[in-house]
Amino acid sequence: MEFRQALCKTLTELMEKDPRICVLDADLAKPNGTFPLYEKFQDRCFNAGISEANMASVAAGLSAYGMIPFIVTFTPFASRRICDQIAVSIAYAKQKVIIIGTDPGITAELNGGTHMSFEDVSVLRAIPTMLIYDATDANQLAQALPQLIEYDGPVYVRIPRKTRPDVYKEDYEFKLGKADVVKKGKDVTIIATGTMVYESLVAAEELEKEGISAEVISVNTIKPLDEETILASVKKTNKAITCENHNVIGGLYSAVAEMLCRKYPMHLESIGVQDEFGQVGKYSDLLKAYNMTPEDIKKLVKNII
Amino acid sequence: MNNLEQIAKEIRILNVKCIESIGAGHIGGSLSIVDVLTALYYKEMNIDPKNPKKEGRDRLVVSKGHAGPGVYATLCHKGYFEEKELYTLNKYGTNLPSHCDMNKTPGVDMTTGSLGQGLSCAIGLAVGSKIKKDNATIYAIIGDGESQEGQIWEGAFFASHKKLDNLIVFLDYNRMQLDGYLEEINDSGNMVDKFKSFGFDTYSIDGHNIDLICETIEKAKTVKGAPHMIVLNTTKGKGVEFAEKAGPNCHSMPISKEALEEAIKGLK
Repeated sequence: MEFRQALCKTLTELMEKDPRICVLDADLAKPNGTFPLYEKFQDRCFNAGISEANMASVAAGLSAYGMIPFIVTFTPFASRRICDQIAVSIAYAKQKVIIIGTDPGITAELNGGTHMSFEDVSVLRAIPTMLIYDATDANQLAQALPQLIEYDGPVYVRIPRKTRPDVYKEDYEFKLGKADVVKKGKDVTIIATGTMVYESLVAAEELEKEGISAEVISVNTIKPLDEETILASVKKTNKAITCENHNVIGGLYSAVAEMLCRKYPMHLESIGVQDEFGQVGKYSDLLKAYNMTPEDIKKLVKNII
Repeated sequence: MNNLEQIAKEIRILNVKCIESIGAGHIGGSLSIVDVLTALYYKEMNIDPKNPKKEGRDRLVVSKGHAGPGVYATLCHKGYFEEKELYTLNKYGTNLPSHCDMNKTPGVDMTTGSLGQGLSCAIGLAVGSKIKKDNATIYAIIGDGESQEGQIWEGAFFASHKKLDNLIVFLDYNRMQLDGYLEEINDSGNMVDKFKSFGFDTYSIDGHNIDLICETIEKAKTVKGAPHMIVLNTTKGKGVEFAEKAGPNCHSMPISKEALEEAIKGLK
């Protein structure tokens, strides 16, 4: 299932049950999959047009009136464009707004550099109280949304719009704030997030055939970080890399490094965008361009072992 | 002098005393909105100082959040908190920070301070009231300098498109901003025409005539299908001679004990 289909389906169910939930878009309701909600919930869906700043502060006002607003737009507009509105109208004012940023990093594909956010996590992670969740697959997203509504604080969610390979089986149970060990291993820990969990699993399975046992952790929430699960793994392997679809500055690599520096100082390597801008290209081309393929992951793992 | 004018004078005195207690502050833009605050809190708004979060109450967003001291003086006068709290302004640990904070001060309905955002927040409150069908009126006060922010116009577009007739916006048109006069910095031109062209039901009145402010609010409430803009032609620092004389420099200025006494004498 496409992420956006999971988003629309789950929001439909949630909005049927909870009259506080409302949805705001900024002229991207069709590509982001929320458009069908407008017919079903006419009084609770608002298209702000191309005015993300207004949308974010209107959502804060709705929250102050007891509603639970979702705002949905592409990741660069959901983060760097409205950073101050998120910081002041939403987070500082203690308003519960759920920000859905779509097509993070290289999943922006053919929209290219202007629309390719490699800094959204970095920008928003430094705002106190923000929860940052990088979705792994559509099934996980569907389970996460109701739990995110229950979370006491503003939320930023990164999802691709379209289909990415499933990581979790039907019986998977998502627990907000908890990382998942998606493959057990003993030689090295691959700490991954979002769409890079799948690429890490592919790499880990190939490494297994070559006699290297890699443990893969899907981090889910970059903030708050599940320190316990990460520490338990790295204390066992003493070797680790991070894998993220984001600039390594300020994203998962930074978050894990900050934590390990304090609690278990060790060498840590990174797969991710090494402080570069985006560009047009298909997902597979961009994975190669930024050295984020399973081959690149394998190479880095072998280097540190 | 009628009763509301007397109240406004008392609020102005509290406003100056409040700022004097920390030695300096945003006096100009606070004093210029005291009359509209008096009209709102003493005549127009459905509120209860004993129950600041009452369901279905009318709400005010002071989008020009630096007018906090003016708002605090009004809330204090109305009985939201005791006078001694007024003199904690900007002191460490206070509930009265420089810019309005809904999580700290009883009676403050929205956190503001980063200019341009409060109008959109007020729009969100107005939409919320429409969803809940509770017939509340949402008020917002924006600054003329603040209107240089693009977000004000994003909000104006949206409020008008959504026909938010439960939203009454005041523009504090004192024609000054921090660095100087609007016409020197970045002239806003005819603000009434601008909001009218955005689809607002517009008025332009003396912003220091409380009865006229009340009459205009009542008139605006009868106009359906559009948000309302009441341009208040005001004087920055109104009612305090040294502040008025300072012109744009009264945006934020020091206030000594002597200056306070002079201000109180002038107001009485």
